[in-house]
Amino acid sequence: MDFNDTPEEAAFRAEARAFLKANLPEKKQAGGRERGEEFLKRAKAWQKTKAQGGFAQITWPKAVGGRGGTPMQQVIWNQEESSFAAPTGPFQIGLGMCIPTVIAFGSDEHKKRYVPKALIGEEIWCQLFSEPAAGSDVAGLKTRAVRDGDDWVINGQKVWTTGAQFSDYGILLTRTDPSVPKHKGLTMFIVNMKDPGVEVRPIHQASGGREFNEVYFTDVRIPDSDRLGEVGAGWKVALVTLMNERLAVGGSPGPDYDEIMKFGTEMGLMSDQAFREKLADWYIQAQGYKLTKFRTQTALSRGDTPGPENSIGKILTANQLQDICNSGIELQDHYGLINDEELAPMKAIFQSSFMWAPGLRIAGGTDEILKNIIAERVLGLPQDVRVDKDIAFDQMKSG
Amino acid sequence: MNFDFSEDQKFLGDQARKYLSEQCTTAEVRKVLNDDGMACHESLWNGIAEMGWLGTAIPEEYGGLGLGMLELCVLAEEIGRALAPVPFSSTVYMLAEALKLGGSEAQKQALLPEIAAGKVIGAYASSEGPGAPDLSALKTTFDGSKLNGTKIPVLDGDIATHALVTAAENGGVSLVLVDLNQAGVKRTVVKTLDPTRSHAELEFTDVAGERIGEAGRAGPLIDKLMDRAAVLIAFEQTGGADRAVEMATDYAKSRYAFGRPIGGYQAIKHKLADGWVKNQVARSNAYYGAWALSTDAGELPEAAAAARVAASEAFWFASKENIQTHGGMGFTWEVDCHLFYRRAKLLAVQVGSPKIWKEKLISALENKAAA
Repeated sequence: MDFNDTPEEAAFRAEARAFLKANLPEKKQAGGRERGEEFLKRAKAWQKTKAQGGFAQITWPKAVGGRGGTPMQQVIWNQEESSFAAPTGPFQIGLGMCIPTVIAFGSDEHKKRYVPKALIGEEIWCQLFSEPAAGSDVAGLKTRAVRDGDDWVINGQKVWTTGAQFSDYGILLTRTDPSVPKHKGLTMFIVNMKDPGVEVRPIHQASGGREFNEVYFTDVRIPDSDRLGEVGAGWKVALVTLMNERLAVGGSPGPDYDEIMKFGTEMGLMSDQAFREKLADWYIQAQGYKLTKFRTQTALSRGDTPGPENSIGKILTANQLQDICNSGIELQDHYGLINDEELAPMKAIFQSSFMWAPGLRIAGGTDEILKNIIAERVLGLPQDVRVDKDIAFDQMKSG
Repeated sequence: MNFDFSEDQKFLGDQARKYLSEQCTTAEVRKVLNDDGMACHESLWNGIAEMGWLGTAIPEEYGGLGLGMLELCVLAEEIGRALAPVPFSSTVYMLAEALKLGGSEAQKQALLPEIAAGKVIGAYASSEGPGAPDLSALKTTFDGSKLNGTKIPVLDGDIATHALVTAAENGGVSLVLVDLNQAGVKRTVVKTLDPTRSHAELEFTDVAGERIGEAGRAGPLIDKLMDRAAVLIAFEQTGGADRAVEMATDYAKSRYAFGRPIGGYQAIKHKLADGWVKNQVARSNAYYGAWALSTDAGELPEAAAAARVAASEAFWFASKENIQTHGGMGFTWEVDCHLFYRRAKLLAVQVGSPKIWKEKLISALENKAAA
């Protein structure tokens, strides 16, 4: 039992670190959520550098522009990259979820046209699944695709689309046949986000920010050649995308036990017994998450594939983040309401993450869905009752 | 990254699980539960001695197998999983480890081979009444040769051949090794929540003893002994907690209510998923404790404390929700749920309650931050 790299892993880590050092500034402090045109430009430039150096999408086969490396090498790269000021956000969904779906189900033409440009950061992708009436039960979506000659005509609305405002393409899950049960009437397409029938509207979130979007489709025409998978097989395609999401979604950015311990020390709270006991609980949860990841990495390092047990990460971290922020604010008493970065302690990290935390418990699988995944796929318990399983979609109740 | 046990260590665990699933069924555990005259399961104890488990981490020169602490952690998990009604922790984690840490050459030579052979049973005697014992103000005293005082409760105190007794000396604390087969030692069996592991009150009147470690300065030695025991007991707890979640899961798959298995309802599914998550947190923290224990790392105090608290919480949750999942059947004597509920509580208080260990954890983190 040790925490060391194998000689091969150590060699790769050294190579990765040397590349990063030559190309990026070191991170000075935990960064906020950067946005805007300037950031996007830097992100695109970094993605290009990374791809040219052979470090973009390490596990992808060389034939599609990857490195042909191991999942463990990807983990090592992520660890090293995170200690530099690397602008990576805008590509996570495209390269992590959309392009793997294109590679799995697209034609040779698709792969030639889309994969290289995504890899070098020239084109950004988004994922268009969730709808106002289809969240956890995403197969209940209503956006319609109707065949018209060689095209499909799209009408409907998507929601919570990350990065839609700066995306060039998206993978779009639609309903092509409402007369069959919900999972059987879905079809997946590639959609051009610059099409005039596509309208992106930012969502005004409960946190006050506008990072996510609604996307409206009005008579958007997609050629049948841009279909991914068979007509009616969209759910199978979507499962591949979502499987990649579970690998991508991990921790929750925000203050952890060390930040609140630092804060408690500054506030003179370290003699408060109740605070000390909570601090102990937070430390144990934080270690529980970190060390469980080490166990997963050990499995990766041996060539195993992580499974549904990976759902544990977000359950632990999102809830812990919310709890820590809640306490961080209450410890400041009435002053804790102030969320002005100039006035609030520690640049208002407790206050800003307090308003993000509810979203983190929902995005990428709610707590409840993740617990279902653990119960059904790790413990082998029966599936929830699905009363709509055998009913034609257009006969289903919805609301 | 190699944060896991080796293939050999896992093989040892598999062998132990197989052995205990045959020799230590809950029917065997219940023999000790139901018979007041049976303090432990003697034939199981003898079998464990024959397998060499008692000497796992005792060096070969003292008659042990000379394996490491990681091997002992693997066995501890299986002992906990099987609810083994034997004085394993008192003898191995307490007595043998105390001798290894602070014993004189003569003490080690006299006792370690006997422990490995199953001829010596240990006990750790510290509690003197309700509340955690304050090592700086113990009522039990030692004057360099004679021990006087009363300890209650002492796990395995009625069957132990030797006890480690905390006692006041020179205004400090000493750890005193006592041969219990001598005049002046009075043992009285004490009833506890977990009758599968016996307890006694031990009264000492001018009893001969010898120190392990320095006179009046055994505090750091005791702390280290407790840290090491905490990791090993965390493995017992993790083993028990895993089995309790498995038991509840199996029942939830086969018990029908309202026309379908109760495990199909989210109220049950989410409870069991929560139990599984807590068990992972406990296991990961226990592994870190095992790493610190096996490498004698400076992180041992916080690693041990985190493992102990996480594993106590996990076994508590798993054992109480196992009863709840079983419904009325879970509250009967005949169904095994209460065996886990009882053992979970014993293990949670055996070397100090989670509250004490949370405090130890934060102190360790403060010391680290100050260093």
